[in-house]
Amino acid sequence: MSENLLEVRDLKKYFPITAGLLRRTVGYVKAVDGVSFTVREGETLGIVGESGCGKSTTGRMIMRVLDPTEGQIIFDGQDITHLQGRALRAIRPKFQMVFQDPYASLNPKMAVQDIIAEPLIVNKVCSKKEAVERVVELLKTVGLRPDDRLRYPHEFSGGQRQRIGIARALALHPKLIVADEAVSALDVSIQSQILNLLMDLKKQFNLSYMFISHNLAVVRHISDRVGVMYLGHMVELADKKSLYANPRHPYTEALLSAAPEPKRQGRRERIILQGDVPSPANPPKGCPFHTRCPKAMDECRVQRPVMREVAPGHLVACHLY
Amino acid sequence: MAEPLLAIQNLKTYFISRDSTVRAVDGIDLEVYPRQVVCIVGESGCGKSMTSLSIMRLVPKPKGKIVDGQIVFQGRDLLKLSEKAMTDVRGNEISMIFQEPMTALNPVLTIGDQITEVLVRHRNMNKRQALAKAIEMLKRVGVPRAEQIVHEYPHQLSGGLRQRVMIAMAMVCEPKLLIADEPTTALDVTIQAQVLELMRQLREDFNTAIILITHDLGVVAEMADHVVVMYAGQVVESVNADELFAEPLHPYTQGLMASIPTLDEEKEVLYSIPGTVPDAAAFPEGCRFASRCPLAQPSCFEKMPELREVKPGHFVRCDVV
Repeated sequence: MSENLLEVRDLKKYFPITAGLLRRTVGYVKAVDGVSFTVREGETLGIVGESGCGKSTTGRMIMRVLDPTEGQIIFDGQDITHLQGRALRAIRPKFQMVFQDPYASLNPKMAVQDIIAEPLIVNKVCSKKEAVERVVELLKTVGLRPDDRLRYPHEFSGGQRQRIGIARALALHPKLIVADEAVSALDVSIQSQILNLLMDLKKQFNLSYMFISHNLAVVRHISDRVGVMYLGHMVELADKKSLYANPRHPYTEALLSAAPEPKRQGRRERIILQGDVPSPANPPKGCPFHTRCPKAMDECRVQRPVMREVAPGHLVACHLY
Repeated sequence: MAEPLLAIQNLKTYFISRDSTVRAVDGIDLEVYPRQVVCIVGESGCGKSMTSLSIMRLVPKPKGKIVDGQIVFQGRDLLKLSEKAMTDVRGNEISMIFQEPMTALNPVLTIGDQITEVLVRHRNMNKRQALAKAIEMLKRVGVPRAEQIVHEYPHQLSGGLRQRVMIAMAMVCEPKLLIADEPTTALDVTIQAQVLELMRQLREDFNTAIILITHDLGVVAEMADHVVVMYAGQVVESVNADELFAEPLHPYTQGLMASIPTLDEEKEVLYSIPGTVPDAAAFPEGCRFASRCPLAQPSCFEKMPELREVKPGHFVRCDVV
């Protein structure tokens, strides 16, 4: 088995809720509440979950754009949780991010060349002149034409913009790319182009991905292992085949059964969950899912389940197992 | 079969400005029978939303214009009605729900105000009767605490509840036809499952026909009786849902289906439709899909194919299949 590129231990992020004139803290939104996982070298870890489950917050903490409240992030053998200043800048090139909205994540006033070259220049990797060559090379890698470097983001379609964002992320030869809903804003025919591109690039550059998405089918397609998050917790983490064929956590089961599949026969039997996700500012005691769980027992209301290995490599946080 | 409830013939909705004419909807034929769920599926810019706005006669003015065609609803051509007569139809006999409930609901009016407005306008009810009816309707669409929620504002509700409120508002006059434009696209999968279930149940309860506009073939498989696939302002395939999923005939439909990853199939590489959708202001001469089509013949670039009945009840706009 290959080495762990990224290891996250008991990561937490609490956002304070303030009130009154003095902005006193009256509570916390527990966006991420104790999440642990690893990403191996050359692996794609998919993270699925619904809005507000903390998947993006987790990704942003790993990118070190948000400071964790608690926990540890170990990247490439180094604890980066509290790195600051020069040391942080030195390691940043190794992990890059691709964002959801290709319209909002590219500066409309910059030509494509400047967008892609910016990380090279900021990190003093090469001179401006050398940067042009690198930009041309990157554009070719992501399937755009060298001439495109002189155009501006508004001249491109959504799929092409996402390619520009990917080229920018690749510029510094990263080891890990965190893709946060990278194909969610795209039409299906374009979505498949970008997914294929991401999978090609992974092979070509031996990248590791953390692929965050709400789309279960897309995550299944691109990932090696998949983690399911609910209300700030990781509830299940397994090899993708095992997870999709044999989901253990009742939430994963419900989620898979709720995803509409493009076929008329042989669909999963639907489990419709009642109600909404509870507020992360006031999460339920015990298991975070017990308020909506069709299989909840007395124990679930009191005791928070911990992650347990129920089959080789298949982790579940549920009292049923 | 019985008389169609709605019959659209050769509908053309163009956006005309000084230097260009964007042919958003370019000669659509569509029939909806009582109690039928017709899904219109296609990617961004294919004209599916403009078709629905044309039915409601809500095409953005002044540039947007219905330049040709007939929309016959229960024997009357909606395009010939006066504006006043049309307001009697909207929200009463035909109503519509939108993708983003937060932008479709009025943020400064309570939920109760917004639902009662419809009843006061169309049913001549007084405020008190209308409020009682609004509460009853909210309960029917599964809104908890309906008596309190009528006094609350849209921002106080979750996305799923807002969508239920919008459905309640649309259904309160028991319309014959409900047009739902991407009603679940902004919702999480477990909430989407709840809303789709609700729409199915309302169809049973009120005998309402539904036009469901979506880009998601999963939702289509879940809901549709009949499916209309749109591409570049035209219908390219029209057939009952079972047959569409068993045997899609148009190369575009086939391409779409092959592009989507699924929950239980292993696909090494996803198919992707090459190229992009042609510009609606400058459509090519022949078949609009020809430049992206794997089956294209030289003749496809010269002559626009007609929508023809390839098999009983299965219409395809393609000369090759």
